[in-house]
Amino acid sequence: MDLTLKVWRQASSETEGEFKTYPASNVSPDASFLEMLDEVNEHLNEIGEEPIAFDSDCREGICGTCGLMINGYPHGPQDGTATCQLHMRKFNDGDSITIEPWRATAFPVLRDLIVDRSPFDEIIQAGGYISVNTGAAQDANNLPVPKEAADASMDAAACIGCAACVAACPNSAANLFTAAKMQQLNLLPQGNPERYSRAVAMVETMEQYFGSCTNHGECEKACPKNISIDFIGMMNRDYVKAQFKFTARDAQNKGK
Amino acid sequence: MTTQHSPNPGSPALDPKIPPGPIQDRWDDHKFSVKLVNPANKRKYDIIVIGTGLAGASAAASFGELGYNVKVFTHNDSARRGHSIAAQGGINAAKNYRNDGDSIYRLFYDTVKGGDFRSRETNVYRLAQVSNEIIDQTVAQGVPYAREYGGLLDNRSFGGAQVSRTFYARGQTGQQLLLGAYQALMRQVEIGPVELYTRSEMLEVAVKDGRAVGVVVRDLVTGEITAHSAHAVVLATGGYSNVYFLSTNAMNCNATAVWRAHRKGAYFANPCFTQIHPTCIPASDEHQSKLTLMSESLRNDGRIWVPVDPDDRRAPNDIPEDERDYYLERQYPAFGNLVPRDVASRAAMRMIEQNRGIGPLKNGVYLDFGEAIGRLGRAKIEERYGNLFEMYERITDEDPYEVPMRIYPAPHYTMGGLWVDYNLMTTVPGLYAIGEANFSDHGANRLGASALMQGLADGYFVIPNTINDYLSDYLNTKPVPTDDEVFMQAVAQVREREQQFLDINGTRSVDYFHRRLGHLMIDYCGLARSREGLEKAIAEIQALKEEFWRDLKVLGTNDSLNQSLERAGRVADFLELAELMCRDALDREESCGGHFRVEHQTEDGEAKRDDEDYAFVSAWEWVDSATPQALHKEPLTFEYVPPSQRSYK
Ligand SMILES: Cc1cc2nc3c(=O)[nH]c(=O)nc-3n(C[C@H](O)[C@H](O)[C@H](O)COP(=O)(O)OP(=O)(O)OC[C@H]3O[C@@H](n4cnc5c(N)ncnc54)[C@H](O)[C@@H]3O)c2cc1C
Repeated sequence: MDLTLKVWRQASSETEGEFKTYPASNVSPDASFLEMLDEVNEHLNEIGEEPIAFDSDCREGICGTCGLMINGYPHGPQDGTATCQLHMRKFNDGDSITIEPWRATAFPVLRDLIVDRSPFDEIIQAGGYISVNTGAAQDANNLPVPKEAADASMDAAACIGCAACVAACPNSAANLFTAAKMQQLNLLPQGNPERYSRAVAMVETMEQYFGSCTNHGECEKACPKNISIDFIGMMNRDYVKAQFKFTARDAQNKGK
Repeated sequence: MTTQHSPNPGSPALDPKIPPGPIQDRWDDHKFSVKLVNPANKRKYDIIVIGTGLAGASAAASFGELGYNVKVFTHNDSARRGHSIAAQGGINAAKNYRNDGDSIYRLFYDTVKGGDFRSRETNVYRLAQVSNEIIDQTVAQGVPYAREYGGLLDNRSFGGAQVSRTFYARGQTGQQLLLGAYQALMRQVEIGPVELYTRSEMLEVAVKDGRAVGVVVRDLVTGEITAHSAHAVVLATGGYSNVYFLSTNAMNCNATAVWRAHRKGAYFANPCFTQIHPTCIPASDEHQSKLTLMSESLRNDGRIWVPVDPDDRRAPNDIPEDERDYYLERQYPAFGNLVPRDVASRAAMRMIEQNRGIGPLKNGVYLDFGEAIGRLGRAKIEERYGNLFEMYERITDEDPYEVPMRIYPAPHYTMGGLWVDYNLMTTVPGLYAIGEANFSDHGANRLGASALMQGLADGYFVIPNTINDYLSDYLNTKPVPTDDEVFMQAVAQVREREQQFLDINGTRSVDYFHRRLGHLMIDYCGLARSREGLEKAIAEIQALKEEFWRDLKVLGTNDSLNQSLERAGRVADFLELAELMCRDALDREESCGGHFRVEHQTEDGEAKRDDEDYAFVSAWEWVDSATPQALHKEPLTFEYVPPSQRSYK
């Protein structure tokens, strides 16, 4: 198939970007979207134009490295599919395809289609873990975990941190990511001791970088792993309770 | 045999430092006898870790918890994205929660045998010992393993074992274990002892007076080259399957860190021991960028076959039972479709060679679930393998519930790597290698679900207990300052090489050379190797290398994000490593595990080991660019598991 690509080109975070148009000819419908871009890059290199920079690693939809805005949709038209797992048979001969990086103030463009998603790491750093040092654990089966809890935790833990949720949100909110990462731990007995301090730390760090959630639900639709928006509700409840707990404790401490 | 002796009499002897005593006591005794660093002194030490896959993230987090100052680098944009994240099937441990006769000894035994008697018994025993602690640790971290209704951990079976000892988190075990390690790491970043550098690629090791004293790193966004010094350097940079271009590994996996270390004195062990996994989706065309693994677990229910008649062009479902050749079941009635990976891969290769392959390019064999769906119902198969079937359909546009899957072997894992002693230290004092980057535990063939185990064993439990033996000698010494001559030189070297790539100004892209190298390697140093083929490959690789340095075209600059430049460095190193792999394969005049020399096979085409002459680890020492590496041998002795011919008939 023959396609026309409109691709965002930007030399660095300091420079202005612009769309450039490139033909992609003789594309195999069995090629993945990124393989199609690989081919375009080979051609650009040949004619002396610098290849289009884009991120990818596992190309199996699990590492979360890739992520392109394709015709205005994060990861393109196929539901539950990361960019690397999208195949060209989902497009038609003669199509024109617009390719952009994630757009969010929290994610500056580093070059072309590559953005800096490090605020996600900061949210984890703030409290997205269980505080247990190596070697300090008891036998794994000493603490049974109800299967439903383990399964729900796994549903949340399936998040690949690609940030499509932020790209899809009109407010550039990161609530789906933050909620998934928080509930993965809060749903387990192991995560319970730090449940409320974790909620406060993660939410407040999130708020430093990202917009507010106004329940559009675009995040859930864009998520390549179909993470449920219900986790946001759970996060909100934990956060509200946490504030109550902390305020009560702060008050107590003051009274002393 | 082409044995050469070290041209450098000062080079360290190949002493594996195996502790004495009964194998069951060696690890405990060793932990007791090594020198310690007391808690208050730990903060006086700086450690550099390269890599944040399972091995690197777990090591860096554990070092931080102990109180060392740690700098950790990864070329990924986040520590959460190491290649480890793609592991699907599971992680082994000798918990014996099934009461099915498992034990540390049995896991040890299976791993030594599975490795075709080319691994170090003492290391393997330790691996089996700490396997249980890994499960405890990761459960405490909140890894959401699969559980039974009673709330206890579930297990499944994997190839090469007769017990059920594999722990898993749906089809995403690697992802969940990596997230656990990443979260532990980010906790240390928050607390303070660990400094994390993402999008940073290590390009050189600095060695002064024979010791590793630091590294040189390129900031992949700005192109800035910086030097970092420490008391010790730990490489956790993964395997080198991408030397084949098409493999199941992530696109950015590469051998640069281990290769640069090799050139600075670290011996490279068993480079030709590579694993070609039998069940991957075959390539669809010339433009394919990587191959996708279909988990080994599918062979529990799927039956592998090809048409009896090589010219049979009918659709698979139109071919009647008696015109199908279920060749694994026919050749290996005892194990059938569940023979180990090396055996299954070679059998598929033989089918393709006999022109009996299927699919548009005749490059696959069928993995058929028709019978299992008939027996168990579609719902059961969906429950077991739903996510894999979906992934298969997304890639091939074929529905495996209706039509058999097409599969073919693909490069997947490298058992070879930097030589390390029992402490996981390379032949360069102060330089360690952990995880897939070292050679230590899997011999000539790795069993399923044991790479995750090894990466985490090394990172959480082994290196935090062995690095102190080296560090304690350097108490109250400062790391070599980064303006020392040794760093200046290393930085200059890196800059110069970058400039060389940019200056060639030829006509061909990096990928062009990488693809060609991949073809050579899969054809001559893949599933089957012969003297003739390997000699031809060496000559062709040398010619390709010459062409690379003459005709490469890398656009852009070195002071910006430049992916072609990044890849150029990696492929330049692959070209050198590929040659060593072929020379190692040529030197090893036997077949064992994943290394199959066609000259050495039994009458019925199975691998024929030569324990008399080849029960050793090949450790290659870099000499200089103009001289081939020198071979050193670490003899392997088997006190506990006597070598036997593996038979799966
Ligand atoms: C598809 C697939 C499925 C698998 N399934 C299983 C399974 O079910 N069970 C099992 O046990 N094993 C499995 N394996 C094997 C297993 O995943 C790997 O062997 C293991 O994860 C390797 O871990 P590692 O930490 O050693 O290296 P990696 O995970 O490869 O990590 C390497 C790290 O080093 C960094 N790095 C490399 N070079 C540099 C450099 N020069 N500078 C800076 N950073 C660098 C990378 O950024 C990365 O963070 C699977 C492998 C694949 C490909």
